[in-house]
Parts: sequence; structure tokens; C-alpha cells
Amino acid sequence: MDARDGDVVVDVDGLRMRYGHKDVLDGVAFRVHRGEVIALLGPNGAGKTTTIEILEGFRVRSAGEVSVLGVDPAVSREDWRARVGIVLQSWRDHTRWRVKDLLGHLGRYYAPYSTAARARPIALDDLLAMVGLAEHADQMVGKLSGGERRRLDLAIGIVGRPELLFLDEPTAGFDPHARREFHDLMHRLADFEETTILLATHDLAEAEKLADRILILAGGRIAADGSADQLARQVAAQAEVRWSLDGEIFVHATEDATAFVRKLFAEHGEAVGDLEVRRASLEDTYMAMVHKFETGRPDAAGAVVQFERSAP
Amino acid sequence: MTAARRAVRAGFARGWIESRNYFRSHDELFWNIFLAVVFAVVLFFQRNSVVEGTNQSLASVVLPSILGMTVAWGGLSGAAGILAIEREDGTLLRAKTIPHGMVGYVVAKVIMTAVTSAVTVIIILAAGLLFVPELVSTPWTGWLMMVGILALGLLATMPWGAIIGSLVKSPQGAFGLTFLPMAALTAISGIFYPITALAGWVQSIAQLFPIYWLGHGMRAALLPEAEAAEIGGSWRYLEMFGVLSAWAVAGLLLAPPILRRMARRESGSAVEERRDAAMKRYG
Repeated sequence: MDARDGDVVVDVDGLRMRYGHKDVLDGVAFRVHRGEVIALLGPNGAGKTTTIEILEGFRVRSAGEVSVLGVDPAVSREDWRARVGIVLQSWRDHTRWRVKDLLGHLGRYYAPYSTAARARPIALDDLLAMVGLAEHADQMVGKLSGGERRRLDLAIGIVGRPELLFLDEPTAGFDPHARREFHDLMHRLADFEETTILLATHDLAEAEKLADRILILAGGRIAADGSADQLARQVAAQAEVRWSLDGEIFVHATEDATAFVRKLFAEHGEAVGDLEVRRASLEDTYMAMVHKFETGRPDAAGAVVQFERSAP
Repeated sequence: MTAARRAVRAGFARGWIESRNYFRSHDELFWNIFLAVVFAVVLFFQRNSVVEGTNQSLASVVLPSILGMTVAWGGLSGAAGILAIEREDGTLLRAKTIPHGMVGYVVAKVIMTAVTSAVTVIIILAAGLLFVPELVSTPWTGWLMMVGILALGLLATMPWGAIIGSLVKSPQGAFGLTFLPMAALTAISGIFYPITALAGWVQSIAQLFPIYWLGHGMRAALLPEAEAAEIGGSWRYLEMFGVLSAWAVAGLLLAPPILRRMARRESGSAVEERRDAAMKRYG
């Protein structure tokens, strides 16, 4: 049992989602604690958006237990909505509204849910400053650039000072500068607003940079769960050693690179050249994991499906 | 005050902001004015023609009928189109992500439809005062009745527009489903020429729908002396309020569950799918 059990914000167990005969999600289980920043990482089509939409209460699951802020999102009510913020992949709404009109208006709906600990909504000027849209306050939403539009979407997502924020591919189409500013804002939200953040992304670098913990979704399940560092060690305890000897290149995978290199020098001395020792990066881990799940299901359920298919 | 009641208030504010945006956006306002001007030109050419068997000018009969017709179109096609468009662009989904956001959304849409209808009505009336001198002598009770019947007409048509907008897959679908039936009904509802010239069974069909009774009601309000030209030679208030109210009640009963069912199915990926489909359509 986790010491922080009382602080579980999202609790998912045995989550299944079936479309026709295909299980998109096949027993997803994970937990998110208050204040954590979690990246749900996976290749396109792995079911990230489906998972997030179930948690957002926008999609009804086929089976399994789901609790978000202590409530089943499938039967959630409006007071639950007030505690959750949502930023989707792409919004094109309200193009004829002015930025400040829209943020001011949408904030109104949260006012009845304001508490001493969480003043709702965030004051308009503060919000504009937070997302860097202060000088665009009077602009029409439809005239914003792509990056500004995403920042507006984020502002709308957090206008009610949510306890839990969902983000789906938040920085798709950002330039490096905008991406960095966005990441800073995420950190500020998590640190100062005590916002728990769950973001879906297929961008590994983003997950590594932003998240306290990464969940890799592959083959309809959580294939790995841990910090970037833990994940890198989990699968790839091995390091790759490359060297050249008499003009020939050699590659060797080993668990103890130091001992191997020591032996290499003891045997060949100065003849060894171009030495390179490379520990598996998170990217290698990720690619290996996705590859494993996409080429053949390593679990028993997969074998059963295979057996049924080959039967006449 | 409960959160839901505050959302209703926010909806009024939203309707106000959307109306302001509407007056600022030149293209939509232009279309509305353009249509009104077209009707004004029609009235101009009809100002000297006289309805057969009476001494009414054709313009004086057509003007109120047009008022009724525009409100019916605005209520049905307008509501259906806006809902379909705002499902496609994600406005509706946005409302769903906000606590009681749908309440505010629906309230604002009702206000917005009323405002756009009022703009058209006012422009046509302004033209009417120039070409239909009889209008000037309409008593205040006539104007009051006009406003009342137009409001009832919106209630009789708008929920049905919302239902159509909830059921179709795209804005084009909303247009396709409303345009032809509405055009056909307009043609047989005695808007541009007296319904009594049509076959009896056609008259019966027309009298089942709000658009006829809206035109009829406008004539009753603005031309109280001209009842001889109507079917049965009377204003038949009972039938008029009866048919309009029946459509309003049925629509108001049916629309909420259908709207709710549609809203339940809205999600990010649903909006995305529709966007992809739209991209393919536009190429």
C-alpha cells in the first residue's frame, strides 16, 4: 500500500474499452496522486485519447473501475466539472469572441464553486499574465496565432483553478520557445496551484521534461510506470560498448560496462580505438517497449486470440 | 443563488456578448440586411398592385406575411444551422466542459435567435412604413399582438431547429434537411400570394404548420380589417394559437432529451472526426 493513499486523485483498475470486436484498452490500471505531473505516453492509436476521455467523463467505458477526484466520471455532476480542467488537442471555437470576453465569461460559471482554499475563477488579469496573453486581451480569438490559440485553450482549461488538469497533446505544433514557456507554466501550476496534471503525449522528450512519472500505454495496457530514470533502467540494464580493433568495428552489449572495458584493455592494450560506451536512453526503452507490444503480444491473452484465429 | 441559476444569468450575458459580436461581424449582419432589403424591394414593386376582390394593396398583405415567414425560418433553419456549426467547431463541447455550461449555452442561443430575428423584422418594418402607408395607423394593440405572436412563433420553431441541429452530422446536413421542406411550406403558406388561390388539400397541409399561422397572425395583428381575404373569412384566433402552441409544447418537450443525448456524445475525438470529415468536404 502506498503511504499517500489518501491523496489518490485518479484511480483506474481493470479499465477496458471495446469498439466492436477490438479491445482498445485491455485492463489499464494506474493511480495518480495529488500534485503529481503524469505523462501518458504511447504511439498514435494506443488509446491515450480514449483513456483521457473516459477520465474526463466524455466516454463510457466497457468495464473496469474508474475514480476521478473520488467520483466515477461516467455519472459525474456539474460540481465535479468545476474541479476538473480540460485542454483538448484542437479547439476552433468562439473565433468571433475577444480574448478577455471569453475568459471573463467562462470564469463566471466557476464562481459558485469558489472556496477559501481555492478562489474560483482565477482573476482575469492574473490569468492573462500567466499564459502571456495580456497584450492580446482585446484581440479576436480567430485572429490569434497557433501558439497564442493554444495558450488561450490552456487559460480556459485553468480558469476555474482546477484540482486536476487534463491535457491532450498540449504542445503539438509549438516552436521550441513556445514549448519551453509552456513547460514553465506547467511547472508553476503543479508547484504553486497544487494542480494535478495528466497529459497525453507521443512526444517522449516532453514526457521526460515535464512529468514526475511516465505511464507508457501500449497494447491496450500500461506497459511501464515510473520516472524517466527508472524506466530507462528498468528495461535496459544493459549498456552498449563499441570499439575498433585493427580497423574493424565491434559492438557488444553488457550489463557491466566497466568490467568489460577493463578486460578489453587488459587483452588488447593500445590496439583498442574509438571506444564508446552508451547506456540505453529513455528513447531506446520506449522504442523497445512499443516494438515489443506492436509485433506480438507477450501475454497469455494474446496467445488465446491467436489460437482462436487459427482455428477453422 | 444556486449554480444553475447563476448559469442562466451567465447565459443572458453570453447572449448579449454574442449579439454584440454579431453586430460587429460584417458578413453575417450583411446577409441579414441584404435579405431584408430584397424583401423591401419586393414590397416596393407590389405597392400599387391590389389584391383581387379587395382594395388592399398587395404590399400591405405580403409585408406581414414576410415578417411571419422570416421568424419561422430564423427559428428553424437558424437554430439548426448554428447548432450544427457549433458542434463542428467545438463550441458545444466547450460548454460541456464548464459546470452548467450547457444551461448558459442554450439560454444564449435563444436570446441570439430572438435578436437576429428582431433585426430582420425591424428592417422589413422600416421599409414597410415607406411603401405600406396603412401600417402607420396600426394601433398599439396591433404591435403588441405582433410581438406576442412572433415570440410564440419562435417558441414553435426554435426547439425543432435545435432537434434537427442535434440529429444531423454536419452544417450541410442541417441546411439540406431544413431548406427544401421550408421552401415548399413557404410556397404553399400564402406568404407571397393569397393561400385561397390554392387547392383545398394544399391549404389543409399548409395549415398544419407554424409558418402559415405566423403569416396569418401577422396579418391579423397589422391588418385587422382584412379578414375577408382569409380562409373562412375570419382570423380564427383559436386555431392560430392552438397550432402554434401545439408545436411549441411538443418541441419544448422533445428538445431537451434530444439535446442532452446529443451533448452526451460530444467528445474531443467526436469533434476531431467531424473536423476531418469537413476537411475532406472542403478539399
